[in-house]
Amino acid sequence: MKDFPYTEKKDTRSGFGAGLLELGRTNPNVVGLCADLTGSMKMDAFKKEFPERFFQVGIAEANMMGLAAGMTIGGKIPYTGTFANFSTGRVYDQIRQSIAYSGKNVKICASHAGLTLGEDGATHQILEDLGMMKMLPHMTVINPCDYNQTKAATIAIADYEGPVYLRFGRPVIPVFTPADQKFEIGKAVMLNEGTDVSIFATGHLVWKAIQAGHILAEKGINAEIINIHTIKPLDEEAVLKSVAKTGCVVSAEEHNRFGGLGDSIAQLLVRKHLAPQEYVAVNDTFGESGTPDQLMEKYGLSENDIVAAAERAISRKKQ
Amino acid sequence: MNPHNKSIEELKQTAAQVRRDIVRMVHAVNSGHPGGSLGCTDYFVALYFKVMEYSPEFTMEGKNEDLFFLSNGHISPVFYSTLARAGFFDVKELATFRKLNSRLQGHPATEEGLPGIRVAAGSLGQGLSVALGAAQAKKLNNDNHLVYVLMGDGEQDEGQIWEAAMYAGHQKVDNIIATVDRNHQQIDGSTDEVMDLGNLRAKYEAFGWHVLEAEGNDFEKLLSAFEEAKAATGKGKPVMIIMHTEMGYGVDFMMGSHKWHGVAPNDEQLEIALQQLAVNEAADY
Repeated sequence: MKDFPYTEKKDTRSGFGAGLLELGRTNPNVVGLCADLTGSMKMDAFKKEFPERFFQVGIAEANMMGLAAGMTIGGKIPYTGTFANFSTGRVYDQIRQSIAYSGKNVKICASHAGLTLGEDGATHQILEDLGMMKMLPHMTVINPCDYNQTKAATIAIADYEGPVYLRFGRPVIPVFTPADQKFEIGKAVMLNEGTDVSIFATGHLVWKAIQAGHILAEKGINAEIINIHTIKPLDEEAVLKSVAKTGCVVSAEEHNRFGGLGDSIAQLLVRKHLAPQEYVAVNDTFGESGTPDQLMEKYGLSENDIVAAAERAISRKKQ
Repeated sequence: MNPHNKSIEELKQTAAQVRRDIVRMVHAVNSGHPGGSLGCTDYFVALYFKVMEYSPEFTMEGKNEDLFFLSNGHISPVFYSTLARAGFFDVKELATFRKLNSRLQGHPATEEGLPGIRVAAGSLGQGLSVALGAAQAKKLNNDNHLVYVLMGDGEQDEGQIWEAAMYAGHQKVDNIIATVDRNHQQIDGSTDEVMDLGNLRAKYEAFGWHVLEAEGNDFEKLLSAFEEAKAATGKGKPVMIIMHTEMGYGVDFMMGSHKWHGVAPNDEQLEIALQQLAVNEAADY
């Protein structure tokens, strides 16, 4: 099992903030919109350096989505910023009609996704956003795994013409991917080659998958670990190639088990390569208040849950 | 400069032709929304044949020209007919309205690439936000042209409208001329019965808008309202025209009721409507 040394921990939302600031300096068409969460979204630096390209919209997310759609018509590349819950469920119809169906080049940037938002509780912990967004035709759905990757993704999506949902989060986690990485939309990242089980993880679960890989290695299990930072379009070739080798699958995501990465992989396996799959995901429930670590433990999203899922998948392969 | 720049007499003829298109389009597929379309015909014809500066050579970005957005997308018949008559596409294509594989969807959409449409509309309450975004992009681009947007009065029930109205006032988006089609009708009845809008003018004024009122079925009054509205732009306030229209205007049996909001005329009713919508030289598609 490969080692992934890291020297610091950072939040993925700060990667977004850093990426947006860099974009501001390199791409004059990039504009930022925020619904009264500038600090939480780490958009302050962009706002300070480019006040004329920053639009405070107040607590009015529906209007923000429409404004962003309209700004694309003048050739702007709007990045909207609010929490994942208010970026999706609250404004689904605005995104559907004014952005996705209208093919608008809006980047919907969503922080505080999932359980790791923590103490604010289930009203804010959306676990359905990946499903909602991937259901929309034309929508690209990205969920990077650490600070560096979130920064790279934020920058990369400016060069892609079309609506994007970019999901990231609140807690500080290890920064283990390269600072100089090239972010390719729709291209899975091989983290550890293995032969016994394929672990496909996204977002915060990628680091958990690496930790699980070490535990599995101690047990003599050689896990292949792949970072699926782009949920849609799914890198089908990478998934199928891995499953052809290992014969069983674990999907890991900070999302409801309905509608997320696991379902995208399962649908692919049903069509192209039947194999046992185990889900590490929230079991169709809302979250609750607690620390991020407590919540990940309680709702079955820890490294030990990935280990157990891998063992189950392997045993089903042998049946 | 408007590419057509028609006289009032010519505008009246064009409006009659557009109204003929509307009733024929909805009749042909036995669906669609003639009432609001007929009521807003003079507004559309005034905009596209006199008021707006634009090129019928459509580009999505629309730089250095005036833009129009329709928020109450169900009145697509009047939008499509106006665009075709103004030269965005062949009037023959109006015959495909609401049919399979058409660019003229039931509600306006960009998906099929119909020239003249810049955003999908139909789910109500979204167009004002989009128009404001386009207006702010114009400011960023140092493009001093205007953005026009039309909303329904029933549509004022939607919360997003008021988010956008507040934003426009706060941000001083003064290069937009919004219009509410004040026909007092919505699907379930009169706006007074369904959801009383109260003093709509005072509401927009309280949100920081410059508000004026206009007669929407009288070209002379409508054009002077547009002149007044244009003169009010660039002064730190978004501009609103509360436009009084009659739903179904031009076809007597469709007027004054919400009944013809989303109902098509039958063969006999179509004949009567076309007789009432006489033009000097009919050029039906």
